[in-house]
Amino acid sequence: MTQTPTLDVRALRVEFPGRHGTVTALADISLTIQPGEILGVVGESGAGKSMTGLAVQGLLEPPGHVAGGEVWLNGRRIDQLSDREMEKVRGREIGAIFQDPLTSLNPLFSVGKQLVETIRLHLPLNRAEARIRAIELLAEVGIPGPDIRVDHFPHQFSGGMRQRVVIALALAARPKLIIADEPTTALDVSIQAQITSLLRRLCKDNGTAVMLVTHDMGVIAETADRVAVMYAGRLVEIGPVADVIARPSHPYTRGLMGSIPTLGARVPRLQQIDGAMPRLDAIPQGCAFNPRCPQVMPRCRIERPHLLPSGSGHSACWLNQPAQESAA
Amino acid sequence: MIVFLIKRLANAAFVMLVVALMAFMIFRFVGDPVQLMVNEQTTQAERDELRERLGLNQSMPMQYLHFVTNAVQGDFGISYRNQQEVMSLIAERFPATIELVLMATIISLVVGVPLGVITAIHRGKWYSEGLQFLSIIGVSLPSFVIGIMLILVFSVMFNILPAFGRGDVVSIGWWTTGLLTPSGRAALILPSIALSFYQITLVMRLVRAEMLEVLRSDFIKFARARGVPAWRVHYSHALRNCLMPVVTMTAMNIGSLIAFALITETVFQWPGMGLLFIQAVTFVDIPVMAAYLCIVSFIFVALNTLVDITYALIDPRLRNAKA
Repeated sequence: MTQTPTLDVRALRVEFPGRHGTVTALADISLTIQPGEILGVVGESGAGKSMTGLAVQGLLEPPGHVAGGEVWLNGRRIDQLSDREMEKVRGREIGAIFQDPLTSLNPLFSVGKQLVETIRLHLPLNRAEARIRAIELLAEVGIPGPDIRVDHFPHQFSGGMRQRVVIALALAARPKLIIADEPTTALDVSIQAQITSLLRRLCKDNGTAVMLVTHDMGVIAETADRVAVMYAGRLVEIGPVADVIARPSHPYTRGLMGSIPTLGARVPRLQQIDGAMPRLDAIPQGCAFNPRCPQVMPRCRIERPHLLPSGSGHSACWLNQPAQESAA
Repeated sequence: MIVFLIKRLANAAFVMLVVALMAFMIFRFVGDPVQLMVNEQTTQAERDELRERLGLNQSMPMQYLHFVTNAVQGDFGISYRNQQEVMSLIAERFPATIELVLMATIISLVVGVPLGVITAIHRGKWYSEGLQFLSIIGVSLPSFVIGIMLILVFSVMFNILPAFGRGDVVSIGWWTTGLLTPSGRAALILPSIALSFYQITLVMRLVRAEMLEVLRSDFIKFARARGVPAWRVHYSHALRNCLMPVVTMTAMNIGSLIAFALITETVFQWPGMGLLFIQAVTFVDIPVMAAYLCIVSFIFVALNTLVDITYALIDPRLRNAKA
């Protein structure tokens, strides 16, 4: 752990000023990703998973903005860079993969043109060299006949193939970090496995760090090294994926695991977490999860727990913290 | 596809027949053409002979048929006022109007598209909202007011541009152009600006609306995530995806520009078809009025049909139906 982490997010806070006061979309997000590591980020819709990825890339939709904390990429602070400087970071140092491959590509440009554009923006190559590189990239992500396919338009590719093109675009400049936002959600289950294993292979081969945002625990279990669980714009638990799945230390994570169907296990009914996640402008006092928590204590309704070491990872729950520690 | 094409063309032909009927009816409603053509001294025998020669003693449907077959061949009869072929009168005026309309279209695109992009990108900024407000004025100001104001400022106050006429023209075959002489070009400036004013605001608002739509799409966000610089995202990726409706609207509006040109031509005494029509109205020159009505309608219908067919060609579902 002496290595500088590829991504180091410290106490990140994102706010959306609105007509009815400021909404805090993300609060106190701290996480690191080492080179070659895949960090899964899970949570319900609206928990702030995608928002975290966008905040790191400086792509928050105004009026949303980073209101506190720091983002460090390879030992360089990037959350204070200007838009123009961020343009050089995006694509070059952070690659992005979006959820829906059907809409991520510009329908009017051939995939080759979009690849060449990205390559030439970030690397000192001429048009012909960039085209050769584009074909190599398409081959690398497993597109058959890349020298022909390079001139095809997005609508001539299937969904899975298009997601491969998107991955090729994300890899174009060999970034150190890839933020993959639900990369498999829009795909068939059989294609999902192909895409996740491709992502994992590329990441391990190149030592690329990956932030894998998804709501699918199955994808996380297969692909990620560590996992961060988010709830209502906050991290509730982060740790090695096997430990978090086998011994979740936060009641919310336990609930999340309980709601995953298992083949062969005969349960009369899947467990579910009662209630719904609070709206971001109506987060209860204390722990955000307290109204739904089966193990709620009086303290949970008053004081907000912080992310503290627990087992092999960290969690934000009073259950895991001895009373005297909190008094300090 | 073939069926669609035939349907669409039949549709267009039907519209043109109705227009021709209306043009034909003008002759009936405005009065007896013979009465209008002859003078006090003409004898009854001469009148009857003229009536016979003009085919006015035939039944109404026969006369209509006659009118249509002649019109299809480009024969709209003879002007009451100067005893010239109506068609040659219009052909003479046609280039002036087309040059004016094309110039106005070019101005509206060159000015309107960037304004639309700017107001979309900088939504909420004071200058963008200001332009939006100005565009409402642009839409609501009648073009003759704009024309008169332009004349007042540039011709009367500063005396830098001509207020009327077409300047010197050069003939190329039957086409006369003012684009090749300095005075012709100078004369074109004010009328084309006056005519393009409304069009600019239309293009600007359309581009703005389309841009706002496209800028929300995933591939724009993805382009930004790939590190594509903002100006390139806006002017290459987003704008390209907006141009389709802009092109169709511009093509379809050439028809209405020709119609609008009537007012602009009157204000600037521009020797185009519109001015010819206004003069025809003052002199109750019915053949010219009828021909103008038919020709402008024809341009309208032809453009609309063309746009519809192009749409069908672009729509992949129809493209597949053909295969």
